[in-house]
Amino acid sequence: MQLNNEHKLQTRIRALTDVAATGLAVLSTVLVVAPLVAIFVYLVYRGASSLNLDFFTQIPKPVGESGGGMANAIVGSGVLLGLASLIGVPLGIGGGIYLAEFGRGTKLANAVRFTADVLNGVPSIVMGMAVLAMVVHPEGHFSAFSGGVALGIMMIPTVCRTSEEMLLMVPNAVREAALALGVPNWRSVLAITVRTASPGIITGCMLAFARVAGETAPLIFTAFGNSNWSTSLNEPIAALPLQIYVYAISPYDDWHRLAWAGALVLIVLIVLAVSLVRYVTSRGVLKGAS
Amino acid sequence: MVNAKVPEIHISQAQLQPEPRAEDVQRPAEVDLAEASPIRRFLLSRGNSAIADQGFHALMVLCALSIFGIVVLIAYELVMLSQLAWGTFGLDFFYKAFVDTYSNQPLYWDPVNSHFSALPFIYGTLVSSFLALLLAVPLAIGVAVFLTEMCPRVLRAPLAFTTELLAAIPSVIYGLWAVFVLVPLLREHLNPWLIKLLGWTGFFADDNPTGLGFVAAGVILAIMILPIISSLTREVMTAVPHSQREAVLALGATRWEMIRMGVLRNARIGIVGAVILGLGRALGETMAVTMVIGNSPEIHRSLLANGSTMASVIANEYAEATSNLHLSALTELGLALFIVTIIVNAIARLLVWAVTRGAPSATH
Repeated sequence: MQLNNEHKLQTRIRALTDVAATGLAVLSTVLVVAPLVAIFVYLVYRGASSLNLDFFTQIPKPVGESGGGMANAIVGSGVLLGLASLIGVPLGIGGGIYLAEFGRGTKLANAVRFTADVLNGVPSIVMGMAVLAMVVHPEGHFSAFSGGVALGIMMIPTVCRTSEEMLLMVPNAVREAALALGVPNWRSVLAITVRTASPGIITGCMLAFARVAGETAPLIFTAFGNSNWSTSLNEPIAALPLQIYVYAISPYDDWHRLAWAGALVLIVLIVLAVSLVRYVTSRGVLKGAS
Repeated sequence: MVNAKVPEIHISQAQLQPEPRAEDVQRPAEVDLAEASPIRRFLLSRGNSAIADQGFHALMVLCALSIFGIVVLIAYELVMLSQLAWGTFGLDFFYKAFVDTYSNQPLYWDPVNSHFSALPFIYGTLVSSFLALLLAVPLAIGVAVFLTEMCPRVLRAPLAFTTELLAAIPSVIYGLWAVFVLVPLLREHLNPWLIKLLGWTGFFADDNPTGLGFVAAGVILAIMILPIISSLTREVMTAVPHSQREAVLALGATRWEMIRMGVLRNARIGIVGAVILGLGRALGETMAVTMVIGNSPEIHRSLLANGSTMASVIANEYAEATSNLHLSALTELGLALFIVTIIVNAIARLLVWAVTRGAPSATH
């Protein structure tokens, strides 16, 4: 009889533990989602009230004058990201093609894959320091070019690994079909495999793009920032995240307002890119792929 | 699919010979275009040549090697630039402080008088990162458990997307939010409470009215590394075969017991890897921390005091460093950060790989 009671008690405790664990898991999920909601709501609230046409058409006004915008920073970010893509996308995709098409299972490929993953975790500020020593010191001044190089280097590992993953999803039958028709291997890779995986590869590039679009740390001592119009690669250039940082730590309310507006613009761009990636990958990157 | 009968195939001994590898195949000797068959002529005109193939192969290898090149280049540049500080301070840089002859107080970082010691930054980096892990790890595992094992199917995709979105927000926007929302919140509500409740430990002293400091940095870091830890934890948890769950459930376990014994225990190595990866991210995180940690190169026992991390001092001073020794000392900090994050990330990757390698195909 007593054994039965003990058994009942134990079952009850186990059931309660189960409920408690479920409750804790739900609670932690709520706690994780809460800051995201808080950030977004506050960002939209502060950003939208400060956003106007001037923001997109004017350059920053000197301290004390109200108004002004971040047109130069938006253009500057565009220049930097364009340069970064020129460096990061071809090298990254090339590396991905090697990993997926030529080096499968080889030691070199494993080493490259591992190094790419590790490089992905190296702080962006360290990349900026290396580029400072590599480009800025020999040139003797901060420049848009050095900023683009820093961001481009950061894109390579991300693009490389996502391209590889997307290429691996292409069924082998497609490659075999191409080769059986006598298509040379390089052509089969470029025109058949890469083309089949291209939606996935493009989304991978956009992911890397979105990631470096918000990078600030390496730009502090490469692109440096500029409060005037500049699109020259040889001069310091303004960038959106950099401008947000400078304005956020300034003591002026008017600049805080602009920082929020800039943050909203930046986040909208990034969320759009990430959502697009999500949409394409959830839809199945490769139509008809098994 | 699993139950489909495989037709028996009889293979003769000759067919069992290993297939010749691509590079062993004898390529036909170059044929004059005029003599070649129409098919061969067509193929040759489409660029079917060994040179083109090998050239393309070599080009792709070069692209892949560029990744090694970057690592070597970063290491080389940082080593060269930090030579001066290494030569001046040696290993003392990392564990010794100067002592002010007048006040007898330790003096850590004084660019004007060329006193440089990494101590306060190493301390700040470690404290803020571990604070972040302390807050983030339980939450991240909770979210991963909820999403993989408990969540209704309808909610799973949106919630997973939401946590991924947290990872996509740039550091500087976290910093902006922290400066204007989180820090005032801590200052008005959490800090007085901490001081009242835990002030006696000495870790929460009431001498910093700004709200900036290690606690603020730890909280914002925790929010930032959460998605990384939770998404990797989810990955390793999904890699645990269903048979493990079914076996535990079949013995009469409750759901939580199933998760604890069947899933978490099997995935623990991968989860440790995910946590270490989060640590790597926290160590090098720059902008948000710089904006809320207060930036003073001192060591305080109180977690509410201002501090500074290796990354934040670089962000603050690197562009304006005037003396060579200052620049060199900062570069040495960067080099240390580079080496530490490489080691941390390598360990984490190996642990995660050990669990997820080949796993998805093994489950059915």
